[in-house]
Amino acid sequence: MPDPMSAPTPQVVVPPISLRRRVTDHVMTGVAVLTVVLVLAPLVAIFGYLVYKGLGSLNWAFLTQTPKPVGEPGGGMANAIVGSMLILGIASLIGVPFGIGAGIYLAEFGRNRFGAAIRFTADVLNGVPSIVIGIVAWALLVRGRGFSALAGGVALAIMMVPTICRTTEEMLLLVPQALREAAYGLGVPRWRTTLSITLRTATSGVITGVMLAFARVAGETAPLLFTALGNTFWNLRYDQPTAALPLQIYVYANSAYDDWHRQAWAGSFVLILLIVSSVAAVRYAVRRGSFGAA
Amino acid sequence: MPGPQPVEATKVTALSTPRTAPLLHVSGGEVPDRIFKSLMTVCGLAVLGVLVLIVYSLISGSGLSWHAFGFKFFAGSDWDPVGEHFGALPFIYGTLVSSIVALVIAVPLAVGVAVFTTEMCPKVFRAPLSFFVELLAAIPSVIYGLWAIFVLVPLMSGYVEPFLGKTLGWTGLFTGAPYGIGMLAAGIILAVMIIPIISSIAREVLMVVPQHQREAVLALGATRWEMIRVGVLRNARAGIVGGIILGLGRALGETMAVTMVIGNRPEIAKSLFAPGYTMASVLANEFSEATGDTYLSALVEIGLALFVVTIIVNALAQLLVWTVTRGQPARGNA
Repeated sequence: MPDPMSAPTPQVVVPPISLRRRVTDHVMTGVAVLTVVLVLAPLVAIFGYLVYKGLGSLNWAFLTQTPKPVGEPGGGMANAIVGSMLILGIASLIGVPFGIGAGIYLAEFGRNRFGAAIRFTADVLNGVPSIVIGIVAWALLVRGRGFSALAGGVALAIMMVPTICRTTEEMLLLVPQALREAAYGLGVPRWRTTLSITLRTATSGVITGVMLAFARVAGETAPLLFTALGNTFWNLRYDQPTAALPLQIYVYANSAYDDWHRQAWAGSFVLILLIVSSVAAVRYAVRRGSFGAA
Repeated sequence: MPGPQPVEATKVTALSTPRTAPLLHVSGGEVPDRIFKSLMTVCGLAVLGVLVLIVYSLISGSGLSWHAFGFKFFAGSDWDPVGEHFGALPFIYGTLVSSIVALVIAVPLAVGVAVFTTEMCPKVFRAPLSFFVELLAAIPSVIYGLWAIFVLVPLMSGYVEPFLGKTLGWTGLFTGAPYGIGMLAAGIILAVMIIPIISSIAREVLMVVPQHQREAVLALGATRWEMIRVGVLRNARAGIVGGIILGLGRALGETMAVTMVIGNRPEIAKSLFAPGYTMASVLANEFSEATGDTYLSALVEIGLALFVVTIIVNALAQLLVWTVTRGQPARGNA
């Protein structure tokens, strides 16, 4: 690399910046500001409508009653809220252990070609359209058996695993190697080290990953369409068709009744609230808990 | 090939000699460790298993339709569940056109926001601005659809489409009755949904452009915009394209919001005002009500096609983003 200092310093004459160039500069800055306004406008509009229409339509009946027959005003989505929780519970029960396990495998044992294959597969799975996952869960659990909360839960679990797996791996790799070595040096077996030292140190990061995955699938509708199907009555059984909040919003939004439109907005408001509050609650708990652990 | 075999054999014996036994046997060692490792391996295998399962169930499920129609399935344009005759062309067309419309709208906006955040905006506003843009990604698809039905579509039919019809009607892309519902509305709502993805990747890529690139261009007397154009955007091109392709992958597979506003009619029309149908929407609408094995099989085949296309698109995008982030240190040293 030639040393710039050794070259003779040329006589520098800075030409004035032409008007055209200055105007272009200002115009492009204006264009950039305009793009920001255009992008944030839908965000403001959507949240505005959610609060305005959703909060305005929310009432006690909505939270405690099941849907009324078609065209009859009143009723609510209580069964769908509970159904969503049932399906998300099943999804978390399956998806979280597998996701964390796969993440542990990648971080602790996966520095090889097999690990690379799993890593690549997880990234590929992340890009598979959710409706395709729905078909797979249908072929696996619904065909010949009937729609069920379990099938919906499995579909969502499949969507949770790649996200949890990759964030868990990342978080475990952040844990300093010295910590592991210290444990080995004290004679702690490897499995014990991984579970009570490495994983424990990375707890808050791993849980953040889990919540990200949870928030992502909580609003999913497409994979539930032909797995959980929906239901206008209460259901708490894993092997029966089950209502879910996103499904109910979809059906009501497409209906021709003003009262159902109103409830669709209320349902959306509750759904967003459910997602945001569950994420916030867990993050808060983790932050408080991790002070004790750290 | 008999040549290299003996070498290989010696290698193996060398490796398989038992390691020195541990001097100290700690309680709860070997066996639980082996159990733990195999349990974690099973979890890892499950990830591979899921992919295999997806491929298997899609291929086996679409066999019937594949045997009945072959390649003509993707070229035929009549969708007749009663006559059991299926062609997927209108859905492929609808998926492509709605995604292209989305990209045309989303790319300039997303790149503009990324440029503003990294190059122009005061440092204090950087984090909140990216947070707000990424908040768009957290809104469930069905809520986008609900909003689109009750806010976007009336806006389209009342103002946007009549205006476009009057000014750009001669192109043939903006003709016909302004119903609001149709390809254009679907493209717009898709654009809003993919902007956060493209924008966040573009921002990341712009941020790894080395600072001295900017300084060098500024030292030559460039204005800020010239610096961005020459020093920043040109260097980040491959990564931004990667982000755009990733957004395309998301747009192709997006289901609910599109289904709610695209009109769901399997037709191929030139005008963007006309209703259309996408691969994902036909699955959403017809799968749970499909009767007859051929009908179901045809729908699964559409799912298979969608799966293959999104996998290819995503792999391409990963590769592009990866080349940029990997190639970065090399350029930084030069």
